Amino acid sequence: MDLYEYQARELLRKAGIPVPDGEVADTPEAAQRIARRLGGTVVVKAQVHAGGRGKAGGVKLAASPEEAKSHAARILGMEIKQHVVRRVLVTPAEEIAAEAYAAVLVDRATQRPVLMVSGEGGIDIEEVARTRPQAIRRLSVDPRYGLLSHQAYGLAEFLYSDPGLLSQAADILTRLYEFFLSAGASLAEINPLIVTSAGEVKAIDAKVSLDDNALFRNPDFEKLRDPAAEPEAEMRARNAGLSYVKMTGSVGCCVNGAGLAMATMDLIKYYGGEPANFLDIGGSSNPDKVVAALEIITSDPSVRVILFNIFGGITRCDDVANGIVEATQRTKLDRPIVIRLTGTNEAEAIVILEKAGFTAGRSMDAAVMKAVELAGAA
Amino acid sequence: MAIFISDATKVVIQGITGRDGSFHTRQMIGYGTRVVAGVTPGKGGQAFEGGDGIRIPIYNTVERAVTETEANASVIYVPPAHAAAAIMEAADAGIKLIVAITEGIPVLDMTRALAFVADRGARLIGPNCPGLISPGCGKLGIIPGGIVAKGPVGVVSRSGTLTYEVVSQLTAAGIGQTTCVGIGGDPLIGTNFVDCLKAFGADPHTKAVVLIGEIGGTDEQEAASYAGAHLKLPLVAFVAGRTAPPGRRMGHAGAIISGSSGTAEEKVKAFEDQGFRVADRPSDVVGLLRDALRDL
Repeated sequence: MDLYEYQARELLRKAGIPVPDGEVADTPEAAQRIARRLGGTVVVKAQVHAGGRGKAGGVKLAASPEEAKSHAARILGMEIKQHVVRRVLVTPAEEIAAEAYAAVLVDRATQRPVLMVSGEGGIDIEEVARTRPQAIRRLSVDPRYGLLSHQAYGLAEFLYSDPGLLSQAADILTRLYEFFLSAGASLAEINPLIVTSAGEVKAIDAKVSLDDNALFRNPDFEKLRDPAAEPEAEMRARNAGLSYVKMTGSVGCCVNGAGLAMATMDLIKYYGGEPANFLDIGGSSNPDKVVAALEIITSDPSVRVILFNIFGGITRCDDVANGIVEATQRTKLDRPIVIRLTGTNEAEAIVILEKAGFTAGRSMDAAVMKAVELAGAA
Repeated sequence: MAIFISDATKVVIQGITGRDGSFHTRQMIGYGTRVVAGVTPGKGGQAFEGGDGIRIPIYNTVERAVTETEANASVIYVPPAHAAAAIMEAADAGIKLIVAITEGIPVLDMTRALAFVADRGARLIGPNCPGLISPGCGKLGIIPGGIVAKGPVGVVSRSGTLTYEVVSQLTAAGIGQTTCVGIGGDPLIGTNFVDCLKAFGADPHTKAVVLIGEIGGTDEQEAASYAGAHLKLPLVAFVAGRTAPPGRRMGHAGAIISGSSGTAEEKVKAFEDQGFRVADRPSDVVGLLRDALRDL
């Protein structure tokens, strides 16, 4: 789960990291009030789950509350990388003497948390990693001992030489790492980490992604989820325990298992079609999941044909068949359906389906070809 | 005839009384696996009905199970919140082969469990995996016994049902397997492709390898480099996710293209660059494998 900048800043502030004042607004008038309270020049920043906000015109300086209001009016409702801006953060414009970068994430290669710092802040870190890897210092943290104080200090020294800045930065890095662990995050990033003209180290912009699998340890974080930012079908799928990703094609698919679901999408493309979605109903044999899956797939108007591809191992084919029959009794299907079932209890499944007027095959290639053909004809 | 397991493998099931654990324990016993103990804290002293009158003793701790039954492998069906602790408990009890089926373990829990397991010299397979099966020898996990057959091919995969799809086609074509291993779809896993290729390379009965990869990470690229340099066996690969959009998690926690890295194209290219055949469709694996075996 990705958090907005204003949410991430709030969590870092609670973790003891210096973050400038600021508040979030969802109307131009609210932005104006916040700017008046803050006084002086402020920054109005679009809150969206996407990078490149500045380039898209979603970050503006405002010298007065009136200007903050007019910027907010322009930014609210703006679309940045297909995300509609519904909130802006209003925060004082800082006098910046230097910018740096700091982040913690889990590195797949070393299988450990890694802290990354760079003296080049406020920019795309992937770009820096590609072009000037020496500008980034990485520290792989041994999860048995955590971040040791000399390690945090060593990273801080890569950024600053002034002793006062060094100890401030080491403290921020230590707190960032502790926050990362306790929040169950998959990414905690400060970009930029700045030095103000007064010699204070502060986090100006923050990005936090939480590990969905760890959310049960911090149930309060559920409140940070923005229902408006998640497509309705994906939210319904999540609530039903399904994995769903919307695509742009016309063959809606329902598959058991993530690998097989990807391979099914690839095969649709191989035979000249386009998948409408990724959907994994998982390993369980619960007919309710099949019902939910069919509702989600058919709610997509670009779906012209529905394809079931089930390899019964733990999933029992007869359960899936019952789910299909049940769902189609509740709501009559207005689009053709192609069913492929093989494995555990396939014979029973075929009897169930045939009684209800459906046909089912055993070959994945044949089923996908048929679905692509129907999608083209529809 | 098998990698990682043998006739001497004696299994303890962690989470034996749960819904998944109990179902699959019976399946494992039915397949001929020596399940000697179960662990469910609080249910020590009870027995698990394994079918056909077989009673498996249940213990409160893995340590106790090992002392009483000399179990040397563990299969874990414990819910995600406690699964990393279960992995560490098994390693602490001296278990050397731990198979974690559980999906949804927090990634930070796994950073600790992996370090712990490494310190104790144990092998972890998974998590979020179907486990392994060795026809005629036994199975640790949930791969259906009915789709495999004894034969010369080693299969290693990051996925579950996609593996079943390919393996059942191999079996239908008369091509049996030494061992099929599902290494898991999480970003952090214990045993990777290279570990499995090393084991297959050292197994005298394995004559060819099928590797089924997917988007995300660089495990396939490393497997391709390793196989190109060291594997003496023919290898056929399949990579799922050619149509997956970047930045979206495709079901498996580890199946995500981040930035421009981890794409199916770069993985396919990594195998092709080393001279290995990559199937365009799951159904092409059988034909390519036949060609590869004929070229020997």
